[in-house]
Amino acid sequence: MNMRPMTALATLCLLGLASLAQAADKPTDPQIAHIAYTAGVIDVENAKLAISKSGNKAVVSFAEDMVRDHEAVNTQALDLVKKLKVTPEDNDTSKALSKAAEDERAKLAKLDGASFDKAYVDNEVAYHKQVNGALETLLIPSASNPELKALLETGLKIFQGHQQHAEHVAASLK
Amino acid sequence: MRSRFHLIAIAGLLLGNGAGDVRAETIRVTVEKMAFVPAQIQARVGDTIEWINKDILVHTATVKDGWEVLIPAKKTASLVVREVGQVDYYCRFHPNMKGRISVTKP
Repeated sequence: MNMRPMTALATLCLLGLASLAQAADKPTDPQIAHIAYTAGVIDVENAKLAISKSGNKAVVSFAEDMVRDHEAVNTQALDLVKKLKVTPEDNDTSKALSKAAEDERAKLAKLDGASFDKAYVDNEVAYHKQVNGALETLLIPSASNPELKALLETGLKIFQGHQQHAEHVAASLK
Repeated sequence: MRSRFHLIAIAGLLLGNGAGDVRAETIRVTVEKMAFVPAQIQARVGDTIEWINKDILVHTATVKDGWEVLIPAKKTASLVVREVGQVDYYCRFHPNMKGRISVTKP
């Protein structure tokens, strides 16, 4: 039954990372800012869905943590792009991420109870893994502004913590 | 720094916390990049633990079935330790962040 996260991960990899590689070997700072911000918004939306649907205390409190942290990081990101006078630029990777997330949310919306909880948390594990991988291998190395790079590095630390937290919650659901 | 310790000591006296507080110290823990640094500290009853949050996120220092200190983003929060013993604490929002305080007699 581990097919779901694997499928989700594979889909995200295909849609997200492959298009990253194709669209541009090295995304620009305005594109990086857009990708990072989009990734945060997606996780907040998934979390809000979980808060409204789940009755599991651990799942709801994890989801609340995701809303709190990703909104805090995105507020910092907005402040930074304003300060740097950078306009985040929509791009194929952001679009692919949003599309994959919409599909995932549509799937999640149809589930209830324990099957929803498991699907949501498994997807959180896979999603954070994917985003952290992209941050580590592509977005951070490609960022040219040192402040943007620093914020992405902070984000990576935070999201690695989220991944561990999600793995912990996932293990508790089994 | 010395004057700060004096201030805390005077504050302790004014608040009537007892003679033990005269020598009370402030032990600082930095909260940075999703970790308590140092993760393990030693304190004596009456000492103040001060958490300096350098992260952009709100954290907590929470003892299961015990006390909790909320540490807002980019802010400092503190607690005076009152009991001898060893306590493990964690961040309720980021449960993989862990710390330990070993408290001895003043």
